[in-house]
Parts: sequence; C-alpha cells; structure tokens
Amino acid sequence: MTTTPLPPAPEGMLNVYVDGRLVHVRKGATVMDACKAAEQEVPHFCYHKRLSVAGNCRMCMVEIEGFPKPVASCHWPAAEGMKVRTDSETATTARKGTMEFLLINHPLDCPICDQGGECTLQDLSVAYGGDRSHFHEGKRAVDDKDIGAKIKTVMTRCIHCTRCIRFATEIAGVQEMGATGRGEAMQVGTYVESALTSELAGNMIDLCPVGALTNRPFAYTARPWELVGTDTIDVLDAVGGHIRLDARAGKVMRAVPRECDAINEEWMTDAARFSTDALSSNRLTAPQLRKGRGKGKLENTGWAEAFAAIKEAVRGVRKTRLAGLMDNLHSAEDGYAFRAFMQDALGSDNVDSRMAGNLVDSKSHAAGICNTPFKRWDDADAVLLVGCNPRLEAPLLNIRLRRVVKKGAPVFVVGEVADLTYPVTHLGDTAKELETLLDGKTAAAKALAKAERPLIVVGGAVLARPDGRAIVRAAGELAEKVAMTDSWNGFNVLHDTCGRITALDMAVHPAHGGMATAEILENWRENHVDVLFLYGDCDLTPADLAGGRGTLVYIGTHATPLAAMADVVLPAAAWSEKEGLFANAEGRVQATRAAVPPPLSAKEDWKIFRALSEQVGDKLPFDTLAQLRAAIAEFCPAYAPEAIGTILPAPWQGVGKKGKLTAKPLASSVGAYYLRTAHHRESAWMKTMQAEVAPVQEEAA
Amino acid sequence: MPTIRIDDTAAVGQTPKPLGLDLAWSKQAKAAIKDILARYPKERSRSATIPLLHLAQREFGGWLSVDAMQLVADTLNLPYIRVYEVATFYTMFNLKPVGKYHVQVCTNCACMVRGSDAIVQAVKEQAKIGELDDHHQGHSPCGTFTLTEVECLGACVGAPMMQVTAQNGASHYYTKLDAKQTKQILKDLKSKGVSELVDTPPADVDPISGGGYTS
Ligand code: SF4
Ligand code: FES
Ligand code: FES
Repeated sequence: MTTTPLPPAPEGMLNVYVDGRLVHVRKGATVMDACKAAEQEVPHFCYHKRLSVAGNCRMCMVEIEGFPKPVASCHWPAAEGMKVRTDSETATTARKGTMEFLLINHPLDCPICDQGGECTLQDLSVAYGGDRSHFHEGKRAVDDKDIGAKIKTVMTRCIHCTRCIRFATEIAGVQEMGATGRGEAMQVGTYVESALTSELAGNMIDLCPVGALTNRPFAYTARPWELVGTDTIDVLDAVGGHIRLDARAGKVMRAVPRECDAINEEWMTDAARFSTDALSSNRLTAPQLRKGRGKGKLENTGWAEAFAAIKEAVRGVRKTRLAGLMDNLHSAEDGYAFRAFMQDALGSDNVDSRMAGNLVDSKSHAAGICNTPFKRWDDADAVLLVGCNPRLEAPLLNIRLRRVVKKGAPVFVVGEVADLTYPVTHLGDTAKELETLLDGKTAAAKALAKAERPLIVVGGAVLARPDGRAIVRAAGELAEKVAMTDSWNGFNVLHDTCGRITALDMAVHPAHGGMATAEILENWRENHVDVLFLYGDCDLTPADLAGGRGTLVYIGTHATPLAAMADVVLPAAAWSEKEGLFANAEGRVQATRAAVPPPLSAKEDWKIFRALSEQVGDKLPFDTLAQLRAAIAEFCPAYAPEAIGTILPAPWQGVGKKGKLTAKPLASSVGAYYLRTAHHRESAWMKTMQAEVAPVQEEAA
Repeated sequence: MPTIRIDDTAAVGQTPKPLGLDLAWSKQAKAAIKDILARYPKERSRSATIPLLHLAQREFGGWLSVDAMQLVADTLNLPYIRVYEVATFYTMFNLKPVGKYHVQVCTNCACMVRGSDAIVQAVKEQAKIGELDDHHQGHSPCGTFTLTEVECLGACVGAPMMQVTAQNGASHYYTKLDAKQTKQILKDLKSKGVSELVDTPPADVDPISGGGYTS
C-alpha cells in the first residue's frame, strides 16, 4: 500500500483505499459504500440499500489497516485515508467464521427449498462455507408460522437478518412482523399468527436472503433455473412498475419486480405478483359461435366462421346502431386499433372506454395525469388527497407518501377515511371542502399555502361522478393557487390502471356526438343497438346487458359470464402475451413484452381488428406492428419511439369545468384491492387473499 | 444430537392467541399509568412499555396473556408486535399462568456452588412439583406454587437464594438458604399468606447484610 501523503479529496468527500484502489466517497458514507464505489462486492445478508442498517449478520467483515479486529463494513463509517482490504485473510477468515455460525442452525434442505438456485446463503456458502462444523450440540428447529396466503414460511431456515421486519415497519408501514423471544429461542414472525395486511407483503419474499419466506402460490411449481424471464411492465395499476415475468413451457409461473428508481424503486404490489394464475386459467382459446341465435350453445369454431358471422350481423345495419366498449387493461395498439375499427372500418362513433362514465377533458393532457413525476413525490412537503386512497389505488406511491410523512409533511384528506399507514387530517367527506380550502382561511388551507411543494392527488373515482369535472376544476384552481411554481406542478390525477390512461390517449371515447357508455348500454337494453362489440369485461355484469337482443360480439381473454352471453366470441391475447405500449399515471409511456404466446388459437388484439376490418368494411391501414406504432406515434407523440420511457412535458391549461360541487361523499375507486380489475377477478389466489383481509364486497352493478 | 424445538409454548402451552379475556385497568392502575407516563416525553411514551407490562402482570394474575399485552399496546398506542417483542424477551414476564407464589430459585454459578440444587429439591418436595419443563418451570398440583430455575438475581453474596413473588407483585428475596429453611418458608407462605412478603424491589436489599430480611 502507498505511503505517500494523499492528495486532498474533493469538497465533502473522503479518500479511501479499497484493496489498494483509491476511491472518493461522500462524508458520512460507510465502508461498504466505499467498497461499492471500488466495485468490490462485499458479501452481506442483513444490509439492504433501501432499508435501515441493522448490522446483525456480521457477514460483511472487512479488514481495515490499523484496526485490531475485522469490522462489519455496512455500518462502519468511512474515514479519510482509510485503507480497506476486502480480500485479506483476516476478512475471509472472519466471514468463514460468521458462515459457520449461521450454518449451525440452518437446515441442509436445499433440495426441497424453493429458494434453491437464488439463495444468498447458498451462494455465499459456496465461497465461505466449510465442509464441517465445530458445533456438536443439538440444532434448533423452529415451528413454521401461518402468516397468510401470500407467504410460505419455513422458519428453521431464518437467519434473523430482520430484513422482513424492517421492510414491514419502514416501507410497508404495517407493523406486524417482529422478533419475539431471545437468544436461541428468538423467532421471527407475527407472534399471534395472522395474515399480513400489507398490499406489499410479497416484497419480503424477495428480501429474505434465505428460503424462510417464499412465494406461497408459487411453492414447489418450478425451479428458478427452469424459468425464462421476460422484462416487462406491470399494467394492472396506474404506476406501471417494472417487473419480470418468469415463464416455463408457455405458462407464466410467477412475477417478480425489477429495479427502477423513478417508478417502483424495487418493489412490486401483491396484486400484480400473486395474480399470475389468472393468465392461465379460464382462458378463451378458440373463437366461439352461438349456433341458432339467442338460444343455442356457444361452440368452438374457426376464425373464418366467426368473422363471417360478424360480417353477416353488421350487414345493412345503420352505423348509429353499432357500438363498441373497451375496458381498462389494453395497450395503445389495442386501443388505437379498436377505435379505428369502430370509427374507420365500421363508421360508428359509438365507442367508449370510460367504463364508469368518467368525463375527461380530452383537450388537456395535464388534466388526466400526475403532473408531479413519482420520483418528485418524495420532495412534497404537504399532501392533499381528494377522493383517493393511495394505499389501495397505488400502493407503490403510498410508499413515497409515507416517506414524506416521516419527514414531517402533513396529509389532508377530503373523502372517506381509511388506514393509509400514516396519520392524516380528515377535512370532510364532500368536495365542498375544496371551496373552504380555496377560501384559504382554515388551518389546513394555510398549511397548504405555506408549503413550498404541496401535492394534490385526485382519485380516479372522482372523474366518474356527475360533478367530477367541477371537482377537478376546484382542485386545479387550488393547485394553481398553492402548488404551482416554475419547477413544481402539484396537481395529480390518479387513474386506476395504465390501460385507462392509454385508452384516453388513444381517444377511445365518443367523437362527433357518438354515444357514451351509459347511453350505449341503455340503447342496447332497449334494442336500439343491433351489434355491440364488447372488448373485455368493462366492469359490467350480465344485468347491465340484460334485455338486449342484438348481436353481442365479445373480444377478450377469459370465459367470463359476459363472454357466455355473447353470440360471437373472439379470443384475444392477455397483457403478458403481446408487445404493447402503455402510459402510466405520470404520462410515461413504456413497452410491455410478450412473456408467452397467446394460448392456442387466441390472437393478438390489433391483428384481430385489422383482419376483421377487411371483412366488414374499410381495411385498416396497418399490416405490421411497426406500421401500427408509426400511426400511433403520429396520433400521440408521447408514444413515438424516442419518447418511450420518458415523460413529455404536459403544458398546463387549467383543468375541469366550472360547476356545482355536490354534497355526495367522495369514495375511492378501489373497494376490494385484490379484485380491482377484470384480470384480478379471474385469479383464484386473489380471491383467497381478498377473503383474508375482508369479505368480498358486492360489486356495484 | 437431539434437535431443540423452538416452539411457542412459552405462551400458555400453545400458539399465542388472544383469549378473549376482556381486560381493563383498575382505578389504581390508571393512576399508576398516569405517573409512569409522566416520566417520559410525550412522544416517547413507548419507553413506558416495560413498566406497563410489569403493571399488567400485577394487575392480571401474575402473568401476561396476549390480551394483557394488547391492552398495554392499546394504552400506549403501539402496534401489538412491538409489545409482544418486549414481553417475550424478558424472562421476568411470565407468558403462562403461575401459581399463587412464584418461587424463582437461582441456579447460577455462585448459588450453585453454595448448594442451590438442594434448594430446588426442597421446593420440589415441599410443593410436590415433578420434573421441570423445557422452560425450567414446574407447578404444584394445588396451584399454590410455581417453581422456576433462574439465572443470577444479583444477590450472590447471600447465595443460595430464591425470590418469591405473589400474583399481586409483592416480592421478597430469601438469601443464605438451606433446605430446611426453604421448606419452612413455603409452609409459612401456604398457611400465613401474602403478609409474609414485603413488597421490596431487590435494589433496596442491602447486599451485605441482606437488609435484615434474610432468615
Ligand atoms: S425470515 Fe428471512 S428476511 Fe426475515 S429475518 Fe428471517 S432470514 Fe431475514
Ligand atoms: S451486512 Fe453488515 S452486518 Fe449484516
Ligand atoms: S448466582 Fe445466584 S444470585 Fe447471583
């Protein structure tokens, strides 16, 4: 090692040598940070960069020149001129010792452990494990805990790193995991066994460095090395977190998160993680046709026959008597093709994707998105939630809100009160409170005005109300008043899914005086609509369609009760089976990738509409995905290849429409979290998990 | 080598769960809680966890049911798990019901070399207690005594020794014991009752003289 005096480090930085290499680290950084800066991976179990430092596993030992003993690098502060060795004999011997201690009580059950192949303990024991132990006393065996349907526990494997406890306490905000007992009798769990109530509990599976906490639904179904991973996007809520779908033999076996600092950090919601069973159960796999209209049975048929039947049904029907509805899980390709199919091929303006009838003002992009990028939510110093329950609507964003609350930001709620995992001040149930806030006299109004970066979040359900636009206007005015500077726009609308936002971008709503959802349904029931194209379940129940005697064409993925009512059924690809562009709530467009092909005869959605258009009217002008994407990019620049993954600036033009605020209480758009979309409702695991937290609520028909 | 099973039977011999006891603090306890809370800054009331657990143990029969821990948590506005963690950590909290008198005999080094085995034996014989369980505890059939072997209670100078605690928390250190005396103490406790015990925290016992409380 060098003995010459060190040149001074840059301002606020320290000179540290790691294995002879000079690196600069921030003052206050740890030795572990310095090793990372020197690209030296220090083995560790308890340390995690997004959790507090516990320093209890002792695996991260390094040698520091002049120190009598090896030190745990994860919590040892780096100092000027420190000379660290990560690979010296002292360091290695210390790690070997730690490993021997850890393996005293850890069972040798890797062959039957689901963590096998992706286990930190397994990997590190290859490097530091001995082939025999000095320990001759009895091993301990710990009773497994029942902590719900999400996580399978094998607690004898637990190495007491406390990552799960710290995650539950610090990130999820649900203090249910803990360490009870002491010494040899210490146990990690919930003590009184009960299902974890967090919407983010699945992340403990990823955090657990051993096989103590594993994915319960996935248990014993596949080995990690048999799986083929596909990097894609979670489109089941409006956040659009980065995920990887792991598939084997054409079946999605599980979903895990990927790291993306700007969006999901490295977390994933349980609704996305544990609902993959829906992708391979109850699927529509072939076109179906009802022989003998109205009464006959739906029978499998070929695409040509199904198309012919549709052609027959629309022949000679007036364009105003055709209609199409689309739900909230579709990509830009799907939405664009569907709208083009309805409007250009069939010539009908009766097309809508706004199931709850939410009225958007399509003129202003800023009116339907989160104008504050998610990453900047961390900077907010006051929060106002309007008809929004972020814990259920976007658990990943709730993590960020918790973080600002911890830093001291007050949270005000207009709408129903719920446990958001942090304290809130409830201002009232109705939107009238917004007027009070605009008046600026109350303490809450003053707090918002005083804050430098207040965050105003309007829930998706607000837009579905008759007075939705008036509420958005009031919230927008408030934002203009208190939450808008050159570098900050605190006005946010949180929709329920990425597909909802994407469909709005693709203008899947009535144009030129066409009918909107409610009107379409009413006219269908009264037989003023002859052919209804139902693209997905659209949050409808059979009762919504009862009475209609026209031809019902169902294009979708699952054999739902609505599909069973249809005269023609066309099997489409699920979100995991196609390349698609989706905008998230920030207006960031991201691409999903196909993890598996669509089942049997099912086809990618846009191809269905393209092929069908040729049969029933004007052929749509795209034959390849590239051509379709070019058309989409022209229609909406945010979807252009160079804009993918970025946020285009949304100019502020004011939002909503002046109107009367009614006294009807504001509610969240998500009632039953685990059954929030048609996709989730097809998942058996989701039903179990919903039953665990609350009896399944009746869907409002 | 035998496997040591780490189960939850420290709590009532079964997986811990609330027993539906519907506990509430007495009037005196409420006053005591007020005193205890006054010792800590308002936003640090979590510091009162241990004093309140002690109080709950005295209030509700000399042991801590899950219900009692939950009452403490509710009183301090803490998540339940944070109280379970503390209550299960310290051996001074009984997670299972104990007899009318909880006899804790020290079997640590000093007491052991001064003959604590004989004291344990004497308690077992007098109270008709059989084999001790995995948690080094046994109960007399009459329900009057629970014997627990414990580690050093800090009265080594009077070894061998035992601490006897009544359900209401009244407690006494008996030091410099022999088997005969031990049996007599238990006999007296059974016939004369709690008045024999002085509610003296161990710290108040003069370690040299035994504070005059030794027999
Ligand atoms: S269960 Fe896993 S994450 Fe939790 S303390 Fe044990 S080893 Fe760590
Ligand atoms: S990683 Fe440093 S002690 Fe565990
Ligand atoms: S060894 Fe028994 S009291 Fe210290």
